[in-house]
Amino acid sequence: MRVADDAIRCDACPVLCYIKPGRAGACDRYANADGQLVRLDPHVVLERAVSRGDTLVPFLEKSREWDGALLSGEETFVTAIGAGTTYPDYKPAPFIISSEVAGVDMVTVVTEGIFSYCGVKLKIDTDRHLGAECSIVRAQGEAVGHVTTNEYGSQMLSLGGVRHLTGGSRHEGTATCDALLNLCNRQAVELKIDDGATVIVQADKAPIVDGVQEERMRVGCGSATIGMFAKQWFGKVDEVVVVDDHITGVLSEHQAGKLLGVPESGIKLKGRRSTPGRYFRVAEPGTSWGGTNIDDPLSILSPFDREVATPGLRLLMVSTTGEHHAYFELDEFLHPVEKDLPAALRESVERIRENCEPALCTVLFMGGAGGSLRAGVTENPVKLTHSVRDALTRVTCGGAPVYVWPGGGITIMADVSRMPENAFGYVPTPALVAPIEFTLKLSDYAKLGGYMDHVRPLSSITSINRDEESRRRLAARPDNPWPLASEKSKK
Amino acid sequence: MNNRAQIRILPDGRRLHMHDGPIDVIVEAFGAVSEIEVAYRAAAARFVGVLDELCGELAFLRRPARTDGDLPSGAIARRMLAAVRPYASQVFITSMAAVAGAVAEELLEIMTSAAKLSRAYVNDGGDIALHLAPGEKFVVGMVELPDRASLFGTTSITSCDPIRGIATSGWRGRSFSLGIADAVTILADTAAMADAAATVVANAVDLPAHPRVVRVRACDLAPDSDLGERLVTQSVGELTPDEIRDALEAGIRVAESLCGSVLIRAAALNLQGETRIVVPVETGLAPSPSPATRDGSPVHA
Repeated sequence: MRVADDAIRCDACPVLCYIKPGRAGACDRYANADGQLVRLDPHVVLERAVSRGDTLVPFLEKSREWDGALLSGEETFVTAIGAGTTYPDYKPAPFIISSEVAGVDMVTVVTEGIFSYCGVKLKIDTDRHLGAECSIVRAQGEAVGHVTTNEYGSQMLSLGGVRHLTGGSRHEGTATCDALLNLCNRQAVELKIDDGATVIVQADKAPIVDGVQEERMRVGCGSATIGMFAKQWFGKVDEVVVVDDHITGVLSEHQAGKLLGVPESGIKLKGRRSTPGRYFRVAEPGTSWGGTNIDDPLSILSPFDREVATPGLRLLMVSTTGEHHAYFELDEFLHPVEKDLPAALRESVERIRENCEPALCTVLFMGGAGGSLRAGVTENPVKLTHSVRDALTRVTCGGAPVYVWPGGGITIMADVSRMPENAFGYVPTPALVAPIEFTLKLSDYAKLGGYMDHVRPLSSITSINRDEESRRRLAARPDNPWPLASEKSKK
Repeated sequence: MNNRAQIRILPDGRRLHMHDGPIDVIVEAFGAVSEIEVAYRAAAARFVGVLDELCGELAFLRRPARTDGDLPSGAIARRMLAAVRPYASQVFITSMAAVAGAVAEELLEIMTSAAKLSRAYVNDGGDIALHLAPGEKFVVGMVELPDRASLFGTTSITSCDPIRGIATSGWRGRSFSLGIADAVTILADTAAMADAAATVVANAVDLPAHPRVVRVRACDLAPDSDLGERLVTQSVGELTPDEIRDALEAGIRVAESLCGSVLIRAAALNLQGETRIVVPVETGLAPSPSPATRDGSPVHA
């Protein structure tokens, strides 16, 4: 039932709360998510299904009412989301589920881990300069991470970690926890980089840099772009400069131009020449042309060489995404004069754009489960570490696959986009609460000292909690390997 | 009987968990097994009617309490009003300030009148009613922040003490607070009295118009809040030691006056890591350092 101010009236109980968007009712269990009444703490059950359904099931949707019969076999996997936690980790995990898979008893130990040691790795597809390496990244004015390396077409940020969560002021810890939680739950977060840009980051969405939404990733560096498109430009233009903050390419000097026989043009670039046709630092980093700070492309050129250049020479300047481009012809004084882009060249600029992939932000959750969380799985925690290392135990986060770092401990990374919505929570310690499941053979579980007397069959899950609505039934994502699949059937 | 309420024994096989709408109660009774079973059955039978009973006169319970005027009809609602009435002439307060404590108290009374128990507690979201047969005691631990494992103090409550109720209030809790205390824990004769007093003392721990305290009208967060347009605390920035002292002292003055009029027996006030205890000297209820000692069961407040 809808009332004024977009508030909805919850009829889950006789309190009949009016709940505003983004808020929860008096019980803290039912909430208004964009006008939909949803439960906040459901225990997520991923249902293996061919098609991927809605990831948030409105609880009043009667057509999907729980019949209790589906929790019966290998087609159902119980995730840790909403399972509760063992914190401070001395008692068995809330759910230790056994299900039979292809005749072998499998156990999934399900818990929500409290991660004081955790963070996110952000990959932001943009050429724009977000900030110098090592610069502090802030959320709500507090230091929550730093700028790390620039990868091909993407700026990497590293946020969180125990030093921001617990090492700084109370406010720093809270702001860090808040930023991590929102990023992991695929919400938008505004990050401000010291002496750099303000960027709005959201998993699976394009970054917004200083208010401008990024459209696409670079097709390559300036030099690579020359190599890829030299043939298409040959004969249609006399000189091409692909402006790039890292490696600006010049067609006539580049190996690709030389091979085609493009004659010298007399062009002179600012910056430092690395190898023929490849220039570093033609301008300062910025958020304009090719990730530089220039708005006028001619500002990276010195006057043309009078011995070589000729009036009428045709020059195309373009950025690594094709977003910026300009076309010039030299006048009788060898000054470039901007002209309309000829149709033949427009096609090549379009081609650059077409070859750029959409710019996205990617959020990887990274956390160490090597600590006391293991005590919820086994009385002998190091055996769990060894079991994961030996690939006898599969680790998943909300049913999504994880990358387990080699070396000591159980340090994992997981793509939050492959997890169900709102899979993460927090405690005000501050620390993040993340779902984590360990799946292994029942016999292996016994060997590593598991809590055998707490193992319960999958079919009994309905009787653990009589509130059937508290279980959220989701379709599994087809791009995730099924957590209970045997190694053989894994692709 | 409603079909919303969930009632079950927790996996530890000892405690009873009952949930209905915003009410979430953990019960544990001690005594002969047969007596415990009788007590739990009685509590469960009473519990299923509680939420409907309260919601039946919710509009009345959300209005500012008056020292005179009509009484509500429900037993729990009457406990609520009785607990907040002593404050009604001084401050804004509604019966809702004592709802959790009153529910705990009612369930405990049902259990102890149905069965012979050596000890029992009913913990309604942190507001706790206690039963102690002669010679028995509870060790109570207090936490600063919800979900935080560390205790900031423990105290023993014996059958000789008059204390049978414990409640905690603060802006971080589930209910709105007008003050900035992280947690105010009150020990009082009944759970409903403790609940009402915790609300009043937590509201008093405050720095009015402080720029680092973010306040929002309660009705903007929850349109049907009993606090209406009053400003409730949403976040508290880092405070200086002087500011923490000033805010705590405002609360301590109120707590001391409540001790004086025997509305409470002791109070622990916590703000940004600073804890102050208000306890009349003669009771000897000084909290001891955590962790809880082993000679009694700790109860998390």
